[in-house]
Order: sequence, then C-alpha cells, then structure tokens
Amino acid sequence: MYWLFKSSIGRKLVMSISGLFLILFLTFHVCMNLVAIFSPEAYNMICEFLGANWYALAGTMVLAAGVFVHIVYAFILYFQNRSARGNDAYAVNAKPKNVEWASQNMLALGIAVVAFLALHMYNFWAKMQLVEILHKVGMDVDIANAQNGVFHIQNTFSCPIVVILYLVGLGALWFHLTHGFWSAFQTMGINGKVWFNRWKWIGNIYVTAVILGYVAVVLVFFIKNICSYGAACGI
Amino acid sequence: MEKNININLKVWRQKGPKAKGAFETYKLDGISVDSSFLEMLDILNENLINEGKEPVVFDHDCREGICGMCSLYVNGHPHGPDEDITTCQLHMRKFKDGETITVEPWRSAGFPVIRDLMVDRTAFDKIIQAGGYVSVNTGGIPDANAIPISKIDADEAMDSASCIGCGACVAACKNGSAMLFVSAKVSQLALLPQGRIEAARRAKAMVAKMDELGFGNCTNTAACEQECPKNISISNIARLNREFLKAKLAD
Repeated sequence: MYWLFKSSIGRKLVMSISGLFLILFLTFHVCMNLVAIFSPEAYNMICEFLGANWYALAGTMVLAAGVFVHIVYAFILYFQNRSARGNDAYAVNAKPKNVEWASQNMLALGIAVVAFLALHMYNFWAKMQLVEILHKVGMDVDIANAQNGVFHIQNTFSCPIVVILYLVGLGALWFHLTHGFWSAFQTMGINGKVWFNRWKWIGNIYVTAVILGYVAVVLVFFIKNICSYGAACGI
Repeated sequence: MEKNININLKVWRQKGPKAKGAFETYKLDGISVDSSFLEMLDILNENLINEGKEPVVFDHDCREGICGMCSLYVNGHPHGPDEDITTCQLHMRKFKDGETITVEPWRSAGFPVIRDLMVDRTAFDKIIQAGGYVSVNTGGIPDANAIPISKIDADEAMDSASCIGCGACVAACKNGSAMLFVSAKVSQLALLPQGRIEAARRAKAMVAKMDELGFGNCTNTAACEQECPKNISISNIARLNREFLKAKLAD
C-alpha cells in the first residue's frame, strides 16, 4: 500500500476516494435536514437518535478522519504541484477556454468550505453533540437543548447575516463538488470518451440537488422566522 | 495582396539554466502577415546579428508540425493563440499591427531553461525509455489479419500516437503535470493487443519515472487538452489511471 503515498496517481486516488466519501456524507446529511422542513418532531427524533451514543461518536470519528485525510492530501498535492511548476511564473496567463473555473481554484474553494464548516460546527455541533459529550464525561453543562435540533435551526437562521454566510458557503461547496465529482471518477480511471460527459451531467445534477436541499432548509426556516418573529441576531 | 505589420516583441532572455532571466523588448517593422512566427524570429535574429548582439535561442526543426521541437509560449498560450497547431505553423496574420507579443519558454521544473526560449525536454525521453519496448518474440512475420483489431481501437490508438511529445501539456498545466503526454504514450500501446502483454509493467514504470523527474500531480483541469497541438484527449489520462491502478492492485 506504500504506493498510495509515493506515486502521484496513488495520492490522487486517496483524494478521490476521501472526496466521494464526503459527498456520501453530505447526501445523508441533507436527507436528514429535509426532514426538518416537513416534521420538526421527526427531525428532533433523529437528533436524539444520533446524539452522543457510541455509534454516532464512532461515525463522527470516521468522518473527521475523512475530512482530515482530504485536507492533508490537498496541501501535500498543492505544494508538490507548486514546486513542479517551477520558480518563474508566466508573465502572460490566458485561461484556455473550456477549462472550468472551479478546477483551477479547488484549494481556495476548499479553504472557503473549511471556513464555512467551522461556522457550521460553531452554530450546531458545539451546541449539540459537543454539549452531550461534555455532559457524558461529567462536566457541568446545560443539556436542555442539546437534542433540540429544530431549536438551533430556528435560532441560527433567524439572522440575515448568518443566512447570507451559509448561502455563500453552500455556493463555494457547489463549485468545489461539481469539479470534484467527475474528477474523482476520472482519477479512479472509471471514465472515457463516452462517460466523460455522462459523469459531468450526473455530477452536476446530483450536486445541485444536494446543495438545493441545504439551501431550501436555510431559506424555509429564515422565511418562517421572519414571518413569525422578525429578524434577530443573537449568539 | 501583401500586407505588412509592425510589432513589439517581449522576449524572455536567459543566459543559462542557473542564470536569472528577464524580458527584453524589440521592435520589428514591416513583417509580412504571410510569414510564419518562426520566420519572424529569424528576421529578428538576423537584425540582432547585424547589430552585433546575441541572437535569441529557440528550438525548431521540421517546421511542419511533426517533430515537436518548437515550443514557444506566445501571449499566454503554448504554441500561440491559434488552435491545434505547433508554433512553427503559427502565422503572423494571427497578430494585429502595433501589437506587443510576449514570447516565453515552457515554464516547469521538469523542463529547465537551457538558454532564452530553449528548454531541456530530455525528461520526456527518459519517461519513454522507462516504458521500454514491445519486446515480445513474434517469430516470423505474422499475417496482417492474424491479430484482428477493431477499427475503433485502431483509430483511438492512432489518435494517442499522434502525440509529438512537444511538452505543451506540461507548459499549460498549472500543476506542471506530464500526465497527458504519459497517458498518450501508455494508451497508444495499451489499446492494441501487441502492447497488452507488457501493459502493466509499462504503466508502472512510466508513472514512476514521471514522478521521479518531478512532474506534478494532475488535478483534471483539462488545460492540457485545450492547448495540445494534436488534440490528445484527457480520456487517455483516465485510461492511464485505470492501467496503473489495475497493475498496482494486481501486485
């Protein structure tokens, strides 16, 4: 398995598999989020079920490992590629047509996604699973709202600034994933002249559907809040 | 009708691989739009020699788009702004009167500058050598129809084989990756039954050599495919990934 670290194609394989794993996670995540639109009670049941039991914690650890591997390899590849480029940059750089903008800015988009992730973890994870974990290890924390997901959704998306940040973050994620999806299959060698456009279409439709799911949750709760309480930006 | 243009040339001058390079600007008047880009550079060099200055060093050989020696990065594009041609097939009619044309060498750690616009592309020869030969003993000459090959495969292998190894893919790649070149060279043999016998060893050896020589990791931007003078498709890269991963998993 040494070749996964040593060869360029091996390193790219790690990127593609960890990336597809994260897309799979995002799919489960959005399915659960959509439940909140239709039934807040059912969503809170999911929150309770996925609280801080050992299965959920193990799942979280695997997920965190996936994120970690993807980011570490991104930086390894970035620095290797920069040194392969050489020291002298071109004076004139014309972007060839038909080159996706996202494909040339994956690191910047990835960093934007990580910033978005940090905000998201602060808004939800720090108030839910983290509180439960702290409670389990015997710390004195208030767990009254730790499993009340809908409460946190309503709180977070009552603030227009947070809503805009989420929409921008989801936009960055859309660009990152539309390139990442077909790119992963290309790297794994499951691609060719015919499947090239198919993977691009499948990826674009799939990723757009996932991202629209997230956007729907943000907007539905924002509009509901505006109608019943007006905007509010408490922390 | 004869038409002449006046141009400004911004040319990269560099004494040697370790020396620090810089741009120098030259003015050229009365260049025929019917002349090729390299003929225009010949005129520039003749002027420079007549003025007692060092001529600009650049690579060229066949001047008909087959050998892959010419290698200029013109106005932000390998082989210039025209499509599907090499620099030697580029003509001055593609430029406007009074235009400033920027001419740079391929810039990549894998292709160090020898002098001015000439770069050392022996890295590509080393990758080819690492690939080895089709070294199967076939005995006497077999009948042409003894090994059937479908038209589709034959055409695709031929398309892959049209790579002239000029290095425009590396020059265009923001990652300095040589994947398009290596994938074309692996594909042209992997697609044919005669090349299948040693396909696994070849893919592993060529990728290992490519990595060893310091070329970057492909991130599928497809800039190489857009700038390739021979229209080599990145579906070759998918094939190389497949060949390499299959070979590694079979080990």
